[in-house]
Formats: sequence, C-alpha cells, structure tokens
Amino acid sequence: MPTAADHARPLEEQIDQWRSYLRRRQAIHPVDVAELEDHLREQVAVLMGAGLAADEAFLVAVKRMGELDALSREFAREHSERLWKQLVVASDPGEPRARARTDAFVAVALAVAAAVLVKLPELFGMEMDKSGSFYARNASFFVLPLLTGYFVWKRRLTTSAVRWLAGAFLAAGVLANAYPFKAGGHTEVLTVLHLPIALWLVVGIAYAGGRWNQVAGRMDFVRFTGELFIYYVLIALGGGVFMAFMGMLFEAIGIKAEPFFELVAPCGAAGAVLVASWLVEAKQSVVENMAPVLTRLFTPLFAALLLTFLGTVLWTGRGIDISRNVLIAFDLLLVVVLGLLLYSVSARDPQSPPGAFDVLQVVLVASALLADAVALWAIAARISEFGFTPNRVAAFGENLILLVNLGWSAVLYVRFLRGRGSFASVERWQTSYVPVYSAWAALVVIVFPLVFAFA
Amino acid sequence: MDINKDLIAASSTPMVLAILAERDSYGYAIIQRVRELSGGRLEWTDGMLYPVLHRLERLGYVEARWETAESGRRRKYYRITSQGRDRLLEERRQWQAVDAALRGIWRVIVEVVPASATPIPQGA
Repeated sequence: MPTAADHARPLEEQIDQWRSYLRRRQAIHPVDVAELEDHLREQVAVLMGAGLAADEAFLVAVKRMGELDALSREFAREHSERLWKQLVVASDPGEPRARARTDAFVAVALAVAAAVLVKLPELFGMEMDKSGSFYARNASFFVLPLLTGYFVWKRRLTTSAVRWLAGAFLAAGVLANAYPFKAGGHTEVLTVLHLPIALWLVVGIAYAGGRWNQVAGRMDFVRFTGELFIYYVLIALGGGVFMAFMGMLFEAIGIKAEPFFELVAPCGAAGAVLVASWLVEAKQSVVENMAPVLTRLFTPLFAALLLTFLGTVLWTGRGIDISRNVLIAFDLLLVVVLGLLLYSVSARDPQSPPGAFDVLQVVLVASALLADAVALWAIAARISEFGFTPNRVAAFGENLILLVNLGWSAVLYVRFLRGRGSFASVERWQTSYVPVYSAWAALVVIVFPLVFAFA
Repeated sequence: MDINKDLIAASSTPMVLAILAERDSYGYAIIQRVRELSGGRLEWTDGMLYPVLHRLERLGYVEARWETAESGRRRKYYRITSQGRDRLLEERRQWQAVDAALRGIWRVIVEVVPASATPIPQGA
C-alpha cells in the first residue's frame, strides 16, 4: 500500500519544477513565487480533499493558475521597474537575503578597515605629504590583503591556502620596504608600478578559491578584474563629483576644503576597491557584464585606427619619432588590444561558429602586432644610443610578453577561423598566460633593484 | 455564461476591495469568495489576481503582511486601508450609477421586446 510519503514526493517534485519555471521569469520576484506557491498548495489540498489524486490535483491547480506567459506579462505590466535589473542586495526572502546582508556588511567593514589602514602610518609619524615614497611602495598593502581576506572568507579557503597567501603578502611587504632604494630612483618607481600587478595574482588565487587551475576559474577572475575596473572608475567619478560639491559648499561659507580632500581621498580610493569588488560579486548575475559591451564598441574603432595608422606609415614613409615614452605608449597600446581580445573571448560562447566579429578581432590583433613591430624596429635601430636603463628593460620585457601572447593568439584565432582548431584553445591560451604577467612583475620587483643597484 | 474579460478586469478593483472590507484575507480565499458571490459565473484565472492585489497595494488601497498559517506555510495577507475604503465607496457609486442606468433601459426593452432570449440575472 502506498504511504502518504510516496504520494507527497512526486507532488513536491512537481511543485519544485513549477517553482523553478516561475523563478526564471524576470518580472516575478521570489516573494511573488512564494505567494503563488501558497495559493497552488492550498488549491491542490482542496482538490485532493475532494477526492482527486495528487497529480490530477496538481494539474488542475496549475491550469487554474493560468498560462505562465500571460501571468508573467501581467506581472511585468504591474511591476515594469523589474525589467530594469536593479538591486544591490538580492531580495530573496529568508536565507539568501541574510547571506547577502552579511556579505554587504563584511564588505563595508573591510572597506572601512582599508580606509583606517591608510591613515594608520600617520600615527607613527608617517605624514602622507612627507613620506610619499613609503605610501607609494605600500599602496598595495592597504587594500589587497583585505580584498584577499574578503575572498578567503567568502570562498572558505583552507588554512594552508591562507598561510600561502599571507606568506606572499609578507614577503612582498618585507621586500618593498627593506630594499635600500635610492630616493626617486627608477627601480623604486618600477617597484611601485609592478608590485600591485604581481600581488593581483595572489588576489586571483583567493578569488578562484581552489579553481585556479581550471580554465573557467581563471576566466572568472579575468571577468572579475574587468568588471572591477569599470565599477572602480564609476565610483571614482562619483567620488570626484562628491568632492567637487564638498569644495563648493565649504567655499561658499569661506572655508577652504582642500586640506580635507587630502584626508578623505586616499581613504576613499582604498575603500572603493573593496566596495567595488563586493558590487561586482553581488551583481554578477544581475547586471550584464560591461567589459564585453565596451569591447564590442571599441574593437572596430581600434581596428580602424590601427589600420589607418599603418596605411599612413606606408603611404608617407614617416618613421616613428623616437622619444622617451614611445615604447611605453606602444606597451599600453598592446595592453588595450589584449584587453579587447581578452574581454571578447571572456564573453564569447565557445560553441558558436566563427563570425564577422572574430575576423575583426584577428584584424585588430594583426594590425596591433604590425604597428608594434614598426615601433620596435625603430627603437632597436637606435638601442645603442639609449643604453640599458631599468625602465627600458622593463618596457622591452613587457612588450615581448604582450607580443608573444598576441602573436600566438593570432595564430590560434586564425586556426579557429579556418576550422582547424577550437575556440577553447584561444581561451585556454589566455587563461594559462595570466600568471606570466604577474611573474614578470614579480621579477621586476625582486630582481631589477638588485641588478641595477637600486638606481 | 462567460463574462467577458473587460468586464472582469473592470470589476476586479471593487470586488477585491469589497471582499477585503469584509475581513482581511489572502489570495486563495479571495478567489473562493469571488466564486461564491458570483455563483461561479465570474471565472478569474487564479494567478491574475496577484498583479491586481499588487497594484492595489502600490496605490495604497491595501496593505500586505506575511503570516505563518496554521499549516506552517508562510502566507501573504491583505488588509484594506482607509484610502481603500474611500476608493471602494467611490467605485460603489460609479457601479451603482452604471447599474441604475442599465436597469432603466432593460425595463424599457422588456416592454418593447417581451420575449427576451436569455433571462437577465438579478444580482447574486
């Protein structure tokens, strides 16, 4: 004889399935699903009380509830604002909301901690305007350990993993402060610029939380980095507006607000990293990723720019004017092209066949490589005049790393376009290359000062 | 007899407000009450009641609260507000005006065409 539990199980499964269909509708929020589910269950209970079997009762109740499309349309008409995805914290009832709130609380607490941390050295007599080099060298340490801590907490990393991450920060901290840099020397500037890139890998390992060795885990980190950058820029813009108003308001009553800016700005800049990271995490499934959208907009523009540039060089025969910064400018160009490539790769469905945008991508990468080759040719011809300074070696190294990445990407991409390779290989190449950037940055931080005698 | 959709939609506001004026209630019970009152002639699609309730809530005519029912499930109860009562009064006036006008014309037509095809329902 079937027991009540035997009857209940398939019914629960059916209700689960029905609920998951409802949940997929954007206009119907989880609270509404709960309300509708209560209705459905009561209807089923009444029908079963009248003698229907569980599955019959379920079918009748669902039918009476109405067609899902029509229902969702009615909800959308009443709640049109829901079609605009907007919420900082998920509005799920019960457990998920509590989790989202804790998450927000931890993120804001860490942001405040970062702001306090920025001010902490002043207690020990390190004024920001007098000890600029100390702050520049240690900028990463005000923020990145806290950010790593956030992901350690969020991903529940093991103690041994935490020990490694902490060890990396500790070693970097000792190095950055123990090296006897010459004041204002090149190697110090290089350390300031490269240390955050090297340590970003540590953040990435914490972010991936055990999935660092998987293509998907690293790709998620790449996506996170892109979105974080965009959120950070947006928050910074907002912060600028905020500061402008602060200045304007106090100016109006004859008080200079500038000294206060210097007090607030560094704290805001540090805290914003944590707030932005939390926003990216909280909104990752709510808001469309912006980096791939920008990529779509700018890939054609950059491809056109580079092709025009190459055409002009060929047509006029003009050489590249070698000034101090030309190599760095071309490094940055390659970084932008790599970013465009990376974020279109990150958003692309690996299964879909090659399309026009993929061809454009190859054109972009190929023209960037050509432009870079032209620049390198010009620089190499006069390298003896310049000599090897730490800056130049660093810039050359970076150029080489980017060149290798883009060159091989182009090869893989062309193979894919000709149907001889899969898109996954482009993705795999990009994700396996991620540690290279940080490794090079670490090399610059650790080895360059020694080689160039802290100049 | 099917009552057409426009009429159902138009009558939904006074119907729901009037039922809530009797006592606080929740979705399923409201639907049951509508069936009861109309003798099953007003067939609402169950799900469609909820957007109506949410609209009334947004307009401030009803208030919602979550309660745990005796079955242990969480249930959303609705209560009419004083604004809702004002609105109900206004709706009632309008419907009575429409009803009065129609009654007047029905009487005339019955005199002209005595053999009416269908009997006219005289309320519930």
